[in-house]
Amino acid sequence: MNFLIDDAPALVVVLPLIVSAIIAFMPSSRWPWIISMITLVVHLFISFELLSMVQISGVILYEFGNWQPPWGIAFKIDGINIGLQIIFSSFVLITTFYSRKIFLSEIHPEDSGKAYSLWLLAVGSLNGIILTNDIFNLFVFLEISALSSISLIALGAGMNRKALLAAFNYLIIGAIGATFYVIGVGFAYSMTGTLNMSDLVIQLSQYSTGQLAIFAGMSFMLIGLMVKSAVFPLHLWLPPAYSYAPSAVSTLFAALATKAILYFFVRLIYEVFTFYDHYLIIFLDYVLMPLSVTAIFVGTIIAIYQDDIKKLLAYSSIAQIGYITLAFSMNDQSGITAGFIHIFNHALIKGGLFMAIGYFAISSQDRVTLSSINGYGQKYPITSFALLICGVSLIGIPLTNGFVSKLYLFQALYYNHMFITIALIAISSALAVIYFWKIVESLWFSSIKTEAVSEDPAIYIPLWIVAISIIIFGIFSAPIVELANMASSNLFGGLSN
Amino acid sequence: MVGGLFIIITSQNYIKKIVGLAIFQTSVFVFFVSLAKIIDGTAPILMKVEAIYSNPLPHVLILTAIVVGVATSALGLALVLQIYKNYNTIEEKEIEAEELKSER
Repeated sequence: MNFLIDDAPALVVVLPLIVSAIIAFMPSSRWPWIISMITLVVHLFISFELLSMVQISGVILYEFGNWQPPWGIAFKIDGINIGLQIIFSSFVLITTFYSRKIFLSEIHPEDSGKAYSLWLLAVGSLNGIILTNDIFNLFVFLEISALSSISLIALGAGMNRKALLAAFNYLIIGAIGATFYVIGVGFAYSMTGTLNMSDLVIQLSQYSTGQLAIFAGMSFMLIGLMVKSAVFPLHLWLPPAYSYAPSAVSTLFAALATKAILYFFVRLIYEVFTFYDHYLIIFLDYVLMPLSVTAIFVGTIIAIYQDDIKKLLAYSSIAQIGYITLAFSMNDQSGITAGFIHIFNHALIKGGLFMAIGYFAISSQDRVTLSSINGYGQKYPITSFALLICGVSLIGIPLTNGFVSKLYLFQALYYNHMFITIALIAISSALAVIYFWKIVESLWFSSIKTEAVSEDPAIYIPLWIVAISIIIFGIFSAPIVELANMASSNLFGGLSN
Repeated sequence: MVGGLFIIITSQNYIKKIVGLAIFQTSVFVFFVSLAKIIDGTAPILMKVEAIYSNPLPHVLILTAIVVGVATSALGLALVLQIYKNYNTIEEKEIEAEELKSER
């Protein structure tokens, strides 16, 4: 058991990757699922083990192959990313439990081994993105996660051939984004000679802030990551990808994939390039913030005009990513706190919504549109009610976790005296009511009367776990707020004005 | 770099897009490797006499990146094959026209 403790940081990432290779060629549809579930339980256990190690000894630096950083690759595990890691790991476990029925109905049973193999590949690489302390290693994880998610999205082709086009577009746009990131890494490396993030901070502090090469590198890296995390004008790959993927895949990615990259994005801004603050402040104030506000409006308004519900939710995701980047663009500790809180809360909300819609999709074997769910409120009362909880949370009604995020976001905006933005956010929240109301209207207020049918516990149990945690974290938000506070105070050495 | 990017943006054919992507990525790799060159540097091999040698690290990094690039191209070509099986064409315009037709 000793190696389990010593090498726990590596195991968190490596374990899903190894198991994914094992289950890739299993012909049956049950075993890959069971093995993935066991793996993810062990994975969660190791994450908790790591958490207790971090609580005892503080920051853990794990050097691969005992190569000292800055030469070797290192993982840096502190209170923040292990917290995120545990949240991710638990959510992945719930989604994997849910995914079985969806995969059975949406993809060919023989492909299920491959699907879970890709699934674990994506999970492992997303964990890597959270834990790594090396900017080139991040690129590798970014690409593993991109390639596995593209393949997973393409699996939706059994239901609708447009999934192939969505996957192809994601491949091209994602690869451009990743290559931009590599150009940025090249510039940064040519100036500093290091790839390790902690070392990079030290090396960068030696240069005068007028170094154009570093500025160029920084810009390339940030733009590359913005493509990958679907920040507004670079978001075009996301809506088709999420809406044509198998529902379980949309659930996993809507909840986690862009969030992991956003976390790294924030680390890059507030941890690594802090000495380039006058560039960064221009970037945050004149690029990221206006784009975020536009994203919130464009995303919400396009969502209102969507008929296909998965597309509606995908556009709403663009708006929600806008909220997160708006919070991060504030250059203020309270803003970063709000951003982290929303990362967590939005993962729960969007995950729950996609789960519920996924169930409607497999029970009707068709695209879920506003007209096709008429009367489903009576037909599937348990699922619909959970959907309602997630939806009111998305809008930000008190007693749900969506309210907590909105509260902290408003608070942060208020501290920064951005009153116009407060007004704009309030309006956009009101607009979000419109699109969600359309769903509620078709669910409960249509003329079609139907009898309730017995629902599948394999679907509604994970869904209700999410719905109940939405309410629990809406009332007892302290642990999440504390984690977010710790994250922001750690990151925020403070960009000076 | 720009040439590759231009091909990706302007071409309507999916295979050409992948070729553009490959050119774009390869040129970035060449840029990266060129960072390693040190004037009068030799290959980074352990020698009896001390010598100036080129930085081996970018080469190693690009080795990884090449693998990633190959995987990306392979997956892209596999997708194009599936698209061709489903639509009988790999021209973006024709596919869009067909999608519009099927929506009506």
